[in-house]
Amino acid sequence: MKPVSPFLELEEGPRVSVTFDGATLDLPEGANLAAAMLAAGVDVFRHTPVSGAPRAPYCMMGACFDCLVEIEGVVRQACMVAVKGGMDIRKPHGGDDGPV
Amino acid sequence: MDRFDLAIVGAGPAGMSAAQEAAGHGLRVVLLDEQARAGGQIYRDVDRVARLRGDILGADYTNGARLTAGLRHDAIHHVTAAVVWAIEEGFRLCYTKDGRGAQVAADRVLLATGALERPMPLPGWTLPGVMTAGAGQIMLKQSGVLARRAVLVGSGPLLYLIAAQMVRAGTPPLAMVETQTLADRVRAMRHLGGALRGWRYMLKGVKMLAEIARARVPRHIGATGIAIEGEGRAEALRFTRRGRAHRIACDTVFLHHGVVPNTQAARSLGVTHRWRAGQSCFAPVLDDWGSTDVPGLFIAGDGAGIGGAKAAEIAGRLAVLGLAAQAGRLTEAERDRHAAPLRVALARDLAARPFLDAAFPPFAEALSPADDTVICRCEEVTAGSIRGHARLGCLGPNQAKAFGRAGMGPCQGRYCGLTVTALLAEASGRSPDDTGYYRIRPPLKPVTLGELAAMEGSATETAEKETAT
Ligand code: FES
Repeated sequence: MKPVSPFLELEEGPRVSVTFDGATLDLPEGANLAAAMLAAGVDVFRHTPVSGAPRAPYCMMGACFDCLVEIEGVVRQACMVAVKGGMDIRKPHGGDDGPV
Repeated sequence: MDRFDLAIVGAGPAGMSAAQEAAGHGLRVVLLDEQARAGGQIYRDVDRVARLRGDILGADYTNGARLTAGLRHDAIHHVTAAVVWAIEEGFRLCYTKDGRGAQVAADRVLLATGALERPMPLPGWTLPGVMTAGAGQIMLKQSGVLARRAVLVGSGPLLYLIAAQMVRAGTPPLAMVETQTLADRVRAMRHLGGALRGWRYMLKGVKMLAEIARARVPRHIGATGIAIEGEGRAEALRFTRRGRAHRIACDTVFLHHGVVPNTQAARSLGVTHRWRAGQSCFAPVLDDWGSTDVPGLFIAGDGAGIGGAKAAEIAGRLAVLGLAAQAGRLTEAERDRHAAPLRVALARDLAARPFLDAAFPPFAEALSPADDTVICRCEEVTAGSIRGHARLGCLGPNQAKAFGRAGMGPCQGRYCGLTVTALLAEASGRSPDDTGYYRIRPPLKPVTLGELAAMEGSATETAEKETAT
């Protein structure tokens, strides 16, 4: 994980712990997961199934699917999920075990 | 299954004003929206955020609270965090909420699905750290998250708005790299008369530019040869201006060269769309009330053609007057009487639009990207392979899917559709209308088998059949 985030958070609020690929992140409770992960210094959310290229959120409105992560075994768009304490988040594997 | 007089998809300005208008005429309304709170992208989370950072976002944003307040009405059933993935004629709407599938039925449907950023395929645009300008704004609105070292790239009013908001928040962009040229400005001048009637927009533009200038944000106008460099993430932006090469080191690149109607849901219902040359995009064919060629289906707001938040709000009301009259809740005379002041306001609001469209055209290089530029982000298809398909005789986007998987990924062509149409049209010398667009089939958004299994009652079987095809 990067120590310094390219992003600045304007407000401080209560934080909860989640894990991303095993590393612990402290994120604002109830925040947009994609924005919170970016602010916590996560650069790469997933790798593409075709070429293995790194990807991160692009549209933040549920349209591009570049922010896909696996949460408790289900592949979801991080920009459409709210942060909850204890979430176990991973980079999705391959591309075909996600939603139909 | 609950049955409503009207189902509205999307709780942005058009959807919210439509819901309120419909409730006012005694219609029972269900309003389905993907977000946890009303507002759409333009008024994202306004109820929670207005007091937190209304000063940064400005009055055009905080005014949205007027619309969200209008949703508190017994006749309006607002379903939040509902992802609509199928609309069947008749109408039945299938959606997912909290990990479960669900359905509602409605006599009429109003699509208020808004806009998407126009695809801006440039070398390096798939790198982490590259986002749409709209995404930057959504992060600021909903999350209070700002990019520290960002470059804004492209053209148009939204680019100035986000730059001004970043200045107010204390993190001005490192630079603005603008693609519009002096020639565009000169061409736009023939629309100056209309622009002056829409003087409020022009005045806002002048104010934003003054804020950006006061913060000494460098502006590079007429940039070409734009590319994003980086190993594994965006590290710098390269471009040429007046024959000179520039490189700006940065962490974030925000891209924007206009927005286009989000037509996925309308296309899945078979609504006829036509190419709109002035805005370089497809828009549904509608009558004065937003009625489509599918009986009972209406469209309002940016999904019907780009007009902005104010125009969307008015169009939402007009569509409801049209459909309420069709449903026998209003006489045609009553409808027209209610509509008359709205039409005056709409014309006034749209007056500046032709000037803006001409002054900030899409970036030509992104409309016809270099051969090795990825255009389909999901399947990583390049512009060169689409041109290759064209040489092999591929005439339309649906064939291009079969040739090389463009548009087959989870975004269903939302970010490559217009580029694929443009590339094929260019290669075959045919118009965008003749070239056509992807055929869109449900599910509009991916559904998991678990969500289908958790769908109540007999609906499961039908839904499974749909996703299987
Ligand atoms: S960032 Fe585009 S879908 Fe989440």
